[in-house]
Amino acid sequence: MSEAPAPASAESEGGSQVSKISEVVIRIAGNSQDGIQSIGGFLARLAGRSEQEVMTFMTIPSTISGGPSIFQVRVGTGEVLSAGDDADVLLAFYQHSYENHIESLKPGGVVLYDSDHVEEKEEYRENYRHVGIPISSLTVEAIGGTARDKGKNIFALGLIARTFDLDSEKLAGLITEKFKGKGGKVLENALAGFHAGYGYSIGDVFETFEFHEAEGKNYEQVVMAGNEALAYGLIAGGVRFGAGYPITPWSDIMELLRRELPKYGGSFIQCEDEIASVAMAIGAGFAGVVSCTGSSGPGISLKSEALGWAQMAEIPLVVIDVQRGGPSTGMPTNIEQSDLNIACYGAHGDSPRVVVAPSDVEDCFYIAIEAVNIARKYNVPVLVLTDQAIATRIEAFADPDLESIVQEFPPDLTPVKDHKPYDLSVPDGVTTRVVPGTRIESGQYPIATGLEHNEMGHPSASPKMHMEMMAKRRNKLKALARELPTPEVYGPNEGNVLLVGWGSTQGPMREAVDRARAKGDSISSLSIRHINPLPEGLEEIFAGFHHVHVVETNDEGLYGFGQLGGLLRSRYADPKIKGINKTDGLTWKVREILERVEEKLAADQA
Amino acid sequence: MSQLQLAEPPVHPGHEPAAPLADEAREPLKKKQIAADHPTWCPGCGDFAVLSLYFKLIEKRGLWQEKLATVAGIGCSSRFPYFVQGHGAHFIHGRALPFATGVSLARPDLHVFAFGGDGDAFSIGGNHFNHTARKNLNLTYVVMDNFVYGLTKKQTSPTSPLGFKSKTDMWGAVDQPINPMKQAIAAGATFVARTTHTNPKHVLEVFEAALDHNGFSFVECLSECVEFFPGAFNETNPRKGGAFDEVPEDHDVTDELAAYKLAGADFPGYFGVFYKVDRPTKNELEAGINEKFQAKVEGLKPWQILRQNFDRMK
Repeated sequence: MSEAPAPASAESEGGSQVSKISEVVIRIAGNSQDGIQSIGGFLARLAGRSEQEVMTFMTIPSTISGGPSIFQVRVGTGEVLSAGDDADVLLAFYQHSYENHIESLKPGGVVLYDSDHVEEKEEYRENYRHVGIPISSLTVEAIGGTARDKGKNIFALGLIARTFDLDSEKLAGLITEKFKGKGGKVLENALAGFHAGYGYSIGDVFETFEFHEAEGKNYEQVVMAGNEALAYGLIAGGVRFGAGYPITPWSDIMELLRRELPKYGGSFIQCEDEIASVAMAIGAGFAGVVSCTGSSGPGISLKSEALGWAQMAEIPLVVIDVQRGGPSTGMPTNIEQSDLNIACYGAHGDSPRVVVAPSDVEDCFYIAIEAVNIARKYNVPVLVLTDQAIATRIEAFADPDLESIVQEFPPDLTPVKDHKPYDLSVPDGVTTRVVPGTRIESGQYPIATGLEHNEMGHPSASPKMHMEMMAKRRNKLKALARELPTPEVYGPNEGNVLLVGWGSTQGPMREAVDRARAKGDSISSLSIRHINPLPEGLEEIFAGFHHVHVVETNDEGLYGFGQLGGLLRSRYADPKIKGINKTDGLTWKVREILERVEEKLAADQA
Repeated sequence: MSQLQLAEPPVHPGHEPAAPLADEAREPLKKKQIAADHPTWCPGCGDFAVLSLYFKLIEKRGLWQEKLATVAGIGCSSRFPYFVQGHGAHFIHGRALPFATGVSLARPDLHVFAFGGDGDAFSIGGNHFNHTARKNLNLTYVVMDNFVYGLTKKQTSPTSPLGFKSKTDMWGAVDQPINPMKQAIAAGATFVARTTHTNPKHVLEVFEAALDHNGFSFVECLSECVEFFPGAFNETNPRKGGAFDEVPEDHDVTDELAAYKLAGADFPGYFGVFYKVDRPTKNELEAGINEKFQAKVEGLKPWQILRQNFDRMK
């Protein structure tokens, strides 16, 4: 339904119109306690089971209970790259939901509203089609008097299912799966609410829609949010110990690991503070168990000193940073990509850091495994920079072949003849660790330390040793850089404009490329997953374009570049690298990117 | 989605596996084998005694290097791991306990000893002390308490007595000092003992009791800083006219209130085990959770366990 709906209309049995569509963007607006996220979750899961692509976007208030919240879901039979700029349908539960979000609809879009709480406004009648349904009272009627309007989300789900001719049996199945553990009455009410919504006749007021047949995907899909994918990726990678402290939006990951790790004989420990959690995770890593910690913005600041120690002592560790709006406490539930600098440089001294960033939900799963493997091979902390936009959105992706992917690394306690933890003779400085509990025949045991040290880990203030050890720690990362694949350009390898981004900007950038190329513009995009060290080959890619615009959800800084922009500038000293930045706390709209590119090009010409 | 494939790391010299060695074929370690670098402490420092009694403990109890991990934070006393020939870590200031916790939870086969000073334990790491105690981690924490910051050359420490003249309190310390025994008891430590470096026999007894305790065993060991607080503990040393009063024989170590009262005695106070109770350790509690969950997935490989989750997300 990317353009005004109603291309291939036909009369349905009920006398209303049925339109064939290839995708739809539905925005559900209510309060955070209305369960609108579960409507979105059901729709996303259904899409995944129907071989459709799906992407969601949500906002939650940072207050504990209540406050306006939205969930946007885009479902399509083609490739879905972003959550969609504008909505086709708005489902509004309250007056504020209606008034604040009606303009997110495309012209001619449909607003379904709860007429028990919302009054139509004259000024919007011309541009949008209004359908009022007494959702609250119908829900009470369907479920019974005592339920109040709890369950109206499920009623609304039924309405949506009817409107878009969704598979009601599959949806009822999903509802049953979700609620069956909560007792018969809860499930019975949920199904009653759903069927009431599905059965409600809106046929006379406006048409219903039907998706084009999905192209048969020959694989099964799983549907989950980015934080879930990341947490499961850590488990798949072999992480068996974790420690953390609650902070939004990282907490989901620690909760999941706390719940799941015991099945694998591992533990996740909630600590007294951020520093304790990184220290504990490093301790477990030192002891030979694959270990992780994580946080969001402020917590990463607190962990910095210990991360410098892990870099110095060469201890493997995976650190997740689910970025949020900064600086300081910032905007805890908003989107920002402003922790790249602290991830790359955030510790005193020369302490180069490995930083990777997943570019969508599926990538969260795989990058977590990569992070484990890099940490283990190079004996370094690896920072995984994800952001609120990926963390909370739900996507469907190909079900991974877990049997070939899942790793397990119990501590290796095989006695060795001799061991130098910081052996300078090893190529590229990539030494092997021997963990506590290992007998060393020579009787010489290693010390892990933050002091500059000799090859055994004992303190050394020798200038020569300091320079050699500094080079060892640097050379490891240079060796890693040589192992990293050059990222692939989306679109042609040469042209006028190259958009460069990282993390959650990948989808909107690609959609912007598709849209602009369809109009004849010469534009491509590049998503960088390995932020530090950078892979080789980027220079050659940049050489193929006249303009390189780095699209980031962070501030343009003192010199006009965002954080990745600054890193690329300092690495390639290429004046054609420019920044396209914003800090409104929201995901990039495709339109926004294209407008900003136009502005930049116009400014260059002027 | 393809995964990054990393090449195998290079093999480096010496890492060939060693021949297995049966326990019966081994002699207990001798001091010579346990001692590493010569300590950097000032001549006469109390910490020398603590180190040599740690060696004695290892010797006497027949511990081998692969059974131990020696961990410390930052401070004079925290240099400890460099002087011990065994697996060790010299971590950052104040965070020895959470680090040691990670080691202890990850590796139940090891006995973890954390060493540190009063600044590490009660100032910068104060929060961790309380939480490690209440969670009852299975590890031993020895605080070598000298009542002063030594490594940074004589600033007031959290245990400096009122009136102590330092570079940051040139007119004498004004802040109420922390009482480590009270702090430990109140925080929920399950083994709380006090000793002093001038009584080696007593130190070793306390160390042995700490080693044998299942849970968080905390030992405050007075350890004189001859450079910045000389004579601080003369009152505890009969050879210097002081009194070494042991915990009275009729003291009930399971009586929290009695232990707290004992801890409140004026300096030089009492020496020995103030408090000792049995409470499930964090290690046992976590292992119990794991046992319960692992029973549900018995016989499944890790990928099969994860498969169950992924099948639910289809």
